[in-house]
Amino acid sequence: MFAAAIIVFRESLEAALIISIMMAATRGLAMRNRWVLGGIVAGLGGASIVASGMQIIANMFDSIGQELFNVGILLTAMAMLAWHNIWMASHGRELAQQMKNTARAVTDGRSEHSVILLVIALAVMREGSETVLFLYGVATDSANGLQNTVAGGTLGLAAAALVATLLYAGLLRIPVRWFFAATSALVLLLAASMASQAARILIQADLLPSLATPIWDTSNILAQKTVAGTILHGLIGYDDQPAGMQLVAYLGVLIVIAAGMLCVSRRTTPSLTA
Amino acid sequence: MKSKFILTAICVAAVQAFATTDEVTLTIKNHVFEPKELKLPAGKKVKILVVNQDATPAEFESKTLNREKVIPGKSTGVINVGPLKPGRYGFVEEYHENEAGAQGTVVVD
Repeated sequence: MFAAAIIVFRESLEAALIISIMMAATRGLAMRNRWVLGGIVAGLGGASIVASGMQIIANMFDSIGQELFNVGILLTAMAMLAWHNIWMASHGRELAQQMKNTARAVTDGRSEHSVILLVIALAVMREGSETVLFLYGVATDSANGLQNTVAGGTLGLAAAALVATLLYAGLLRIPVRWFFAATSALVLLLAASMASQAARILIQADLLPSLATPIWDTSNILAQKTVAGTILHGLIGYDDQPAGMQLVAYLGVLIVIAAGMLCVSRRTTPSLTA
Repeated sequence: MKSKFILTAICVAAVQAFATTDEVTLTIKNHVFEPKELKLPAGKKVKILVVNQDATPAEFESKTLNREKVIPGKSTGVINVGPLKPGRYGFVEEYHENEAGAQGTVVVD
């Protein structure tokens, strides 16, 4: 049962942290919760479809279908986060102002809604499909496998939800003045972390050189398997033994998005809403 | 005649170049790895073919190799590794990681 709890915790935490950060980052947006919920539901639906079709996906493109699929998901989510942050760079001040002055939420954010929905749905789908496969595997293992799996899975999911809730509550305590800067920074790191993960998968598929494997090894100091390591991995993309190419992807995306944000906030052109 | 010889030589060279990527097979049966120790050459790219004979999915995971892949039931997954430095690299079948049979080691020399 604890094996199931630990694995479900590990798999679902990343998605849960992404949901927390997205919720905090879009604080004050009208009807946000509805779109968050929509993203979770769509993601769960997607996860079960992906899990049942994993065999087909895995065998596609010379057996690297699974890798290409995950890279596609990661890069789409990464692009959405980049877009979100650049949008925020031009509207963050406005949102903060609204939060301070009145309780009225901004309505000008229709395209922002689809970003929330898509980012959350993709995160839930990616992590969820692996969880579904795992649960299916252990549930059919033994006589009381199903019972133990359900109990363990629920425990793991609850633990992940708890960590994510604490993060969200913590983020809300940040003073309004700093709030959007803080959430933008978190979204930026999340996008960079997705780039690093995509690079790792492309190395596995032999489509990218690794450059150096590993570029450092901090598994003795903070193993990625530990709870703290898992949280850091989910939040900022911590990897205890990354390949050089992962670092290149991480920093590259970080710099490009940050530059985009800087450009937009300097010009402060409100025409970017679209 | 000469051109035929050159063509053959090119073909042989091409096959050899292709063959520089070694392939090794790792089988999972009843959630147990076979063999438990996988010997790989150092400094070369190697394809590990993970054959999952069980009906249930498995996940090959190795932190030291930085690899992670779900292999659906009754199918084969391909994992590219290397070029690797000599040493021992542990791997597990993540879904049963606490069981002795689900642990294995890649030995590079």
